[in-house]
Amino acid sequence: MKSTNMMKLEIESKSVNESFARATVSAFASQLDPTVSELSDIRTAVSEAVTNCIVHAYRDTVGKIYITAFFTENKTFCVRIRDKGCGIEDIEKAKEPLFTTAGGERAGLGFAVMESFSDKIKISSKVGKGTTVTLYKKICGRDDA
Amino acid sequence: MKVRIKKQNELLTVYLCGELDHHTAEPVREIIDEEIAKGKPKVLRLDFLEVDFMDSSGVGLVMGRYKKLREYGGAVELCNMGQAVTRIMKLSAIEKIAKIKE
Repeated sequence: MKSTNMMKLEIESKSVNESFARATVSAFASQLDPTVSELSDIRTAVSEAVTNCIVHAYRDTVGKIYITAFFTENKTFCVRIRDKGCGIEDIEKAKEPLFTTAGGERAGLGFAVMESFSDKIKISSKVGKGTTVTLYKKICGRDDA
Repeated sequence: MKVRIKKQNELLTVYLCGELDHHTAEPVREIIDEEIAKGKPKVLRLDFLEVDFMDSSGVGLVMGRYKKLREYGGAVELCNMGQAVTRIMKLSAIEKIAKIKE
């Protein structure tokens, strides 16, 4: 896969950065001329991934979140969200809708939303080392819409 | 996110305006819970007409309020949900705990 453009963003795991992260990624994705609905899907999936880093990966601390977005010649938009936080013990369990270890007001839908709003997601994680989530979204764009 | 509150007898309507995420849900929750504690409304209606963005934090907000109202026999209603909001709500089968109105 040949990348035709890419960007990197590094933010602290503060909840105030959630809107900044999704707005920045979505502004970058605009280069592919996506439909309003495609752009909204990207914003939503990124918001979930970044929130996971803040709520789970760096639960009692503030750490760095590394976001890389790039797209390929076939107009597949990819966003990689990486943290160096606590990691996920059981990825399959974490993906189950309504399962959460956060308690409080978390719905336990983070991965379910990411899966529903992307074409494909990849998760790799090591306990104590961190987690990387990659979201893939094919952009059909306004011409074909 | 801004909220507007309207009270009519036993109906408490909360108009949500702006982006609803993990960061903004917290103060919204506090405002709503304060109103619930004060008035014990029979029905809490959340209006999503002016919500520009929502992630799963919105579902958490609804679930949390449902639990609070259920304690004394109250109910939650959701109205004016756009396509994007509806899609996220449906992932959690929210219609089992809240009435969805047009």
